[in-house]
Amino acid sequence: MRVAQTAYARQQRVGMTGNEAVAYAVKQADVDVIAAYPITPQTIIVERLAEYVNNGELNAVYIPAESEHSALSACVGAALAGARVFTATASQGLALMWEILWIASALRTTIVMALANRALSAPINIHCSHDDAYACRDTGWIQFFAENVQEAYDLTLMAFRVSEDKRVLFPSIVNLDGFILSHGLEALYVLSDDAVKGFIPPKEPVYPIDPERPMTYGPLALFDYYMEFKKVQAEAFKRVYPVILETFGKYEEISGRRYSPVKTYLMEDAEVAVVVLGSSAGTARYVARRLRAKGQKVGVVSLTLYRPFPAGDLAKALRGLKAVVVMDRSYSFGSPGAQLFMDVATALYHERERPLLINAIYGLGGRDLMPQHVEEAFEVAREAARTGEVKEREIWLGVR
Amino acid sequence: MLYEVRWHGRGGQGVVTASDLLARAAILEGKYAYHAPEFGPERRGAPVRAFTRISDEPLEQHFGIYNPDAVVVIDPALQSEVGYILEGVKEGGLLILNARKVDDRLLERSRSLGLSVWAVDAYSVALEVFGRPLYNTPMLGAFVKAAGIVKLDNVLEAVRERFKVPDLAERNVEAIKRCFEGVSRVS
Amino acid sequence: MSVRPLSWRELPAAPVITEAGSALRYKTGSWRALRPVIDRGKCIKCLLCWVYCPEPAIIRGEDDGVEVDYDYCKGCGICANECPVKAISMVEEG
Repeated sequence: MRVAQTAYARQQRVGMTGNEAVAYAVKQADVDVIAAYPITPQTIIVERLAEYVNNGELNAVYIPAESEHSALSACVGAALAGARVFTATASQGLALMWEILWIASALRTTIVMALANRALSAPINIHCSHDDAYACRDTGWIQFFAENVQEAYDLTLMAFRVSEDKRVLFPSIVNLDGFILSHGLEALYVLSDDAVKGFIPPKEPVYPIDPERPMTYGPLALFDYYMEFKKVQAEAFKRVYPVILETFGKYEEISGRRYSPVKTYLMEDAEVAVVVLGSSAGTARYVARRLRAKGQKVGVVSLTLYRPFPAGDLAKALRGLKAVVVMDRSYSFGSPGAQLFMDVATALYHERERPLLINAIYGLGGRDLMPQHVEEAFEVAREAARTGEVKEREIWLGVR
Repeated sequence: MLYEVRWHGRGGQGVVTASDLLARAAILEGKYAYHAPEFGPERRGAPVRAFTRISDEPLEQHFGIYNPDAVVVIDPALQSEVGYILEGVKEGGLLILNARKVDDRLLERSRSLGLSVWAVDAYSVALEVFGRPLYNTPMLGAFVKAAGIVKLDNVLEAVRERFKVPDLAERNVEAIKRCFEGVSRVS
Repeated sequence: MSVRPLSWRELPAAPVITEAGSALRYKTGSWRALRPVIDRGKCIKCLLCWVYCPEPAIIRGEDDGVEVDYDYCKGCGICANECPVKAISMVEEG
């Protein structure tokens, strides 16, 4: 490990895979409980954490549960007891956790989960789609999307602080694209243990499980009270966004790295743009730079935050554009557009002037998003901008 | 400088680790790198590939490598798969083989692409050093010499960081050094 | 029994009942159609009724004699069913 020659001299520049970087961040966050069940492509995260616990590098309880359903259930109990809790999963594993996801959020637990995005079966696949992340968009979890290994590390640390903030008290998912980031190795800067300790204050449980003060968690509430509790949760979730902005700011102070829910690239005078999540953002920027060199006015918008969806800031970022291609690494059967597309369309609906919208499906099951696919997306957007018409609302990139 | 490497081998030979170590070594010397394995079902013996992208500038593209500057084949038995090995390789690029004798068809085709072809008997080195056909670090040593884009010292440091057991680290260091010295240009 | 329903603004952050035993305020004795009556002469103090009562509405005395807590007994009849000596009979209310 070598020390960075930057203003932030206490950071070390290292090479890590996304999984290693997440595990390292979780260790630095000094979690108390990890409950998980192995599943590709996240397994290395919990394997590494099990090693840390076994070596004595991390003073935590590691619960190798018999299923993901049990793993998340154990996380809920541990979080309610006051522990700082982490789990990781992917695809089918998340699907098995699904009913507990709602409980974890409604009980205001502060679990942090790494989700190494993987396509849902069938056919069976271990590579990246965003099906899993999208499928739990309504469950009341905060969701971040990392676009590289550095972000997977940074967002994991920030997720603990955001979730445990008394103004938040919601669980978080940090998405990292399966294999592309989970198994991809890159250079990143890591903070010192002390800096992390200062950044994430000790957790203060709100309704701790305590044998001396028995309480009832998640009692029956029918038509008499269920709706009121959902309103409480809804209003609380609306207050999450400013805390995330504040946390991004605090993190920049200690790391020098600036985060924003909506990242814009070459957008100042852009006429068309793509909107993208995860590791494809860098590829899209790479292509945008090349097209700019040819005089095309293209830009890239990528989202670091998926839930709460940064609708207002996204609408602002897309103002004045002629056409936008929303890129979805998933498909929503029978819906008026894939998942990200619907969110973007909804965010734009209230705008006085709206760009033409096209939905591009790409990268399913790990299909590589190559530069020519992004070029194709920009070309479709440019044609729509030129003609003022959308020929096909849904295009598939890289499908045979 | 942007340099892209494709590694060929079979499950269990350590092809992913070779690419991983190369990326770590490049990062140690201040460069930027991206390493990614190409996973199918994880089966011992199945053909496996891994990719390393190295640059002096920050890397943000995450797409695959289709036109590598160098191809390293760590499994001697893969030599006969000429089309598979040479697919997309840049004209004038580098081919590094684990071979006592280079396959004639492969050599002929490589010459027509203007590749410089290097070979080393990593099979013997692996058996002598590890007692098993682990070709990854030996072939990494051969790559370092033939390509000259990362320094040997940084590769050795990466190996020592990665293999925490001292004996294991030192055996890998030995394998790397022997193939670094033993590799030679055949065409 | 009329309790003002609370607005969402008055609820805790999570569906958690922070006060232990608050269900005691909700008396369920009025739900009963049949009332259990214990024949003390027959009772052998085996306490099976006390074990099985789901409420629990069987009060256990110092001498292991039992009484029914009619404030909470819903008249389900489990005690009468379980009693090995038929010391509990279910009698119509009213």
